[in-house]
Amino acid sequence: MSTAGLLLAVEAADAGADPAAGRYPGGPGSALDPRLLRARVAAAERAGFAFVTFGDRPAPPPTGGRLEAGVRAAYLSQLTRRIGLAPMLHVTTTEPFHLATQLASLDHASHGRAAWVVGAANDGPARATIGAAPLDEAARRQEVRDVIDVARALWDSWEDDAVIKDVATGRFLDNDKVHHVRFEGLSFSVIGPLITPRPPQGQVVVIATDSLGVADRADITLVGDLSAVEGARAAGSPLVFAELEVALDRPGEPAASRLERLDSLAPWPRTGRARFTGPAAGLTDFLAGLAGRVDGVLFHLAEAAADFPALADQVLPALTANGVARGPRPDDITLRDVLGLARPVNRFADPVRSKYSA
Amino acid sequence: MPDQQHHGDRGPRVHLGVFFTGVGPQLLWADPANASHHAVETFVEVAQLLERGLFDAFFLGEGLRVRENRGKVFDLDVSGRPDAITQLAALAAVTDRIGLVATQNATYNYPADLARRLASLDFISGGRAGWNVVTTDNAWTGENFRHGGWLPHERRYERATQFVEAAKQLWGGGATADTPVDVHTDLVSFRATPTVPPSPQGRPVLFQAGDSDGGRELAARHADVVFSRHRDYQEALAYAHDLRSRLKKYGRQPDQVRILPGASVVVGDTPREAEEKARWVRSEQVNGPRAIAYLEQYWGTDLSAYDPDGPLPDIEPSAGELDPSRGTIAVERRSGKLELIAGWRDLAAERGLSIRQLVLEVSGGHAAFTGTPGQIADTWAHYVRTRAVDGFNITPHLLPSSLADIVDKIVPELQARGVYRTEYEGATLREHLDLPAPSAGKP
Repeated sequence: MSTAGLLLAVEAADAGADPAAGRYPGGPGSALDPRLLRARVAAAERAGFAFVTFGDRPAPPPTGGRLEAGVRAAYLSQLTRRIGLAPMLHVTTTEPFHLATQLASLDHASHGRAAWVVGAANDGPARATIGAAPLDEAARRQEVRDVIDVARALWDSWEDDAVIKDVATGRFLDNDKVHHVRFEGLSFSVIGPLITPRPPQGQVVVIATDSLGVADRADITLVGDLSAVEGARAAGSPLVFAELEVALDRPGEPAASRLERLDSLAPWPRTGRARFTGPAAGLTDFLAGLAGRVDGVLFHLAEAAADFPALADQVLPALTANGVARGPRPDDITLRDVLGLARPVNRFADPVRSKYSA
Repeated sequence: MPDQQHHGDRGPRVHLGVFFTGVGPQLLWADPANASHHAVETFVEVAQLLERGLFDAFFLGEGLRVRENRGKVFDLDVSGRPDAITQLAALAAVTDRIGLVATQNATYNYPADLARRLASLDFISGGRAGWNVVTTDNAWTGENFRHGGWLPHERRYERATQFVEAAKQLWGGGATADTPVDVHTDLVSFRATPTVPPSPQGRPVLFQAGDSDGGRELAARHADVVFSRHRDYQEALAYAHDLRSRLKKYGRQPDQVRILPGASVVVGDTPREAEEKARWVRSEQVNGPRAIAYLEQYWGTDLSAYDPDGPLPDIEPSAGELDPSRGTIAVERRSGKLELIAGWRDLAAERGLSIRQLVLEVSGGHAAFTGTPGQIADTWAHYVRTRAVDGFNITPHLLPSSLADIVDKIVPELQARGVYRTEYEGATLREHLDLPAPSAGKP
């Protein structure tokens, strides 16, 4: 699928993607501060980003702390109006039923702006938080598929018109329209239905990196390398976003020397994502070259306090002005609207019955 | 002279919370004035209303399986609610003072995961989070979770106690990556490093509602607030005495626990108006279809052919005990249903009761407090001055009007009697409840 203009998203977690970002003296302060979080996401909304992601892990970052991503996203749901909110929740360290409930609830609280960045933390410390050992790679991939599948089934477990409030018969809901899902995965089963009615978007937007091997299940597949784009599209991913690490020049300090300075505190390892280091105008040109090849870009900023203002104030306006990128349009209500994704039909809905009961 | 030491020179006060169940037969969804139970706007409106009324806490219920009746989702009550922590995190952004309490299950959660989510809510709200610790022993609820119905009934409070103690270790602020919290028993097993520092109130306030012996022991050992079911004055006194006597063995003082029974309230401008309104509320709550469904869960069979305004079903109930799928049947009622039904038949015959009249009689749920604002304020002031309770968790029947009645009518009467705050003095839930700060790192 190709949309008119690149869609842009930004990771809002922590002080920045560079592990030294939070350590630098006089740096951005506590990544835990709700006021900073609020200001950052409000600025991202004003700048026209389609969504923000909230990276997370069940273990603490090297410095400072980190609030659980679903809580951060929910908090912001009442403070924003247009921007999508995409917390990372891990299939490997949570209960699938709770995960599906949290995301459905975020979608209700935000009136259809929820997305889920699929996490699959599988290192020893992460898995130890649930008293388990790391999974082998096949089991981990199966777990990712199973949890996505059960979440999607649970989001359909209430049909859109399940609540009828029929005073004459005393029925609050039509129980032919609230379904057991009877999901059987490799390591767990869930009967359903969800305790929460169907999310406003029908299905919460599912975002997964291509390394998880679920381009056939995700709404957005994230690629670190452009050579993976065609594979993700062929597997059926409606949208493909490039992940891009960014460090921008600041007045008096080129990005390269800033990274050198940060690297002396803690090195920023390569993750397989592309990395852009240089002036804002160079990034604008680079992104123009991505238009038409990918549907959007998810930025990981080296140092949020330094790189976010440069991105929002210089790069986005230039890209929007020349039509390379686009943000939410005035008529867009849900994140699916912004992304150009249709609201999915409910798998349990009976088209014949729906027609006659309408 | 009642013991007033914990109140300093202020005298005892009524602490109020709202128990927003989100589901259940007490909610009058058919009333056109009733707000949506699903819209986030209703939750925001109610939380802000309660904050205007200087309430201590807004408290969300949770149940981890949608209630059923004879194998199908139960269709007569309000059903469907949000994840409590997610919803409260949203409310934290649009409220400043009110406590935000999430009912969360100690049987079907991972301790480190839940503790982290609660700590996150506590931190982002500036120290306003609470956790109402509940347990579930039925395998029917377990069918939504990885390990199914893994926990035997008699061990559910053992698990809950270990879970709470593990959470307190994670919230204590002492653990680091080099010295993680490491718990390994047959009921709780994990190793984790907290990612969230302690909030301004130290850690989330713990609510506990269990009334069995195991529940009362858990409350005496760990709860900051007991959400009890004993609101009748004499029963409340007896319960308070029992709970306070249990505190001693855990080295805790009577001041360290607040007792807030659940209560529904019907307010009228005159006593007669209040009585009439209470009768109307009950008759709406136990309408014909609900009366039939109530009996069906005990009979275990389809009774839809019976007239709710006619006599009790003449057929015999099905063999076997009650199934837990309504999710609401107390343990003591899960056995001996034939004796129970025989008793109902006697009662109905003796008093000439129809199905609906019988259910009105035996199903409980009568408004705990009915009267004028002044009458109710007098009653509550007496309760707190004699330390039978420290306040109430109000269960609303109409949203938001049944709560607006309390904020706009009862609160001023309580203030006039000197038993209710006139402004928030503190910022955290623990401060609202006049509870001491937790000792750092102490499990």
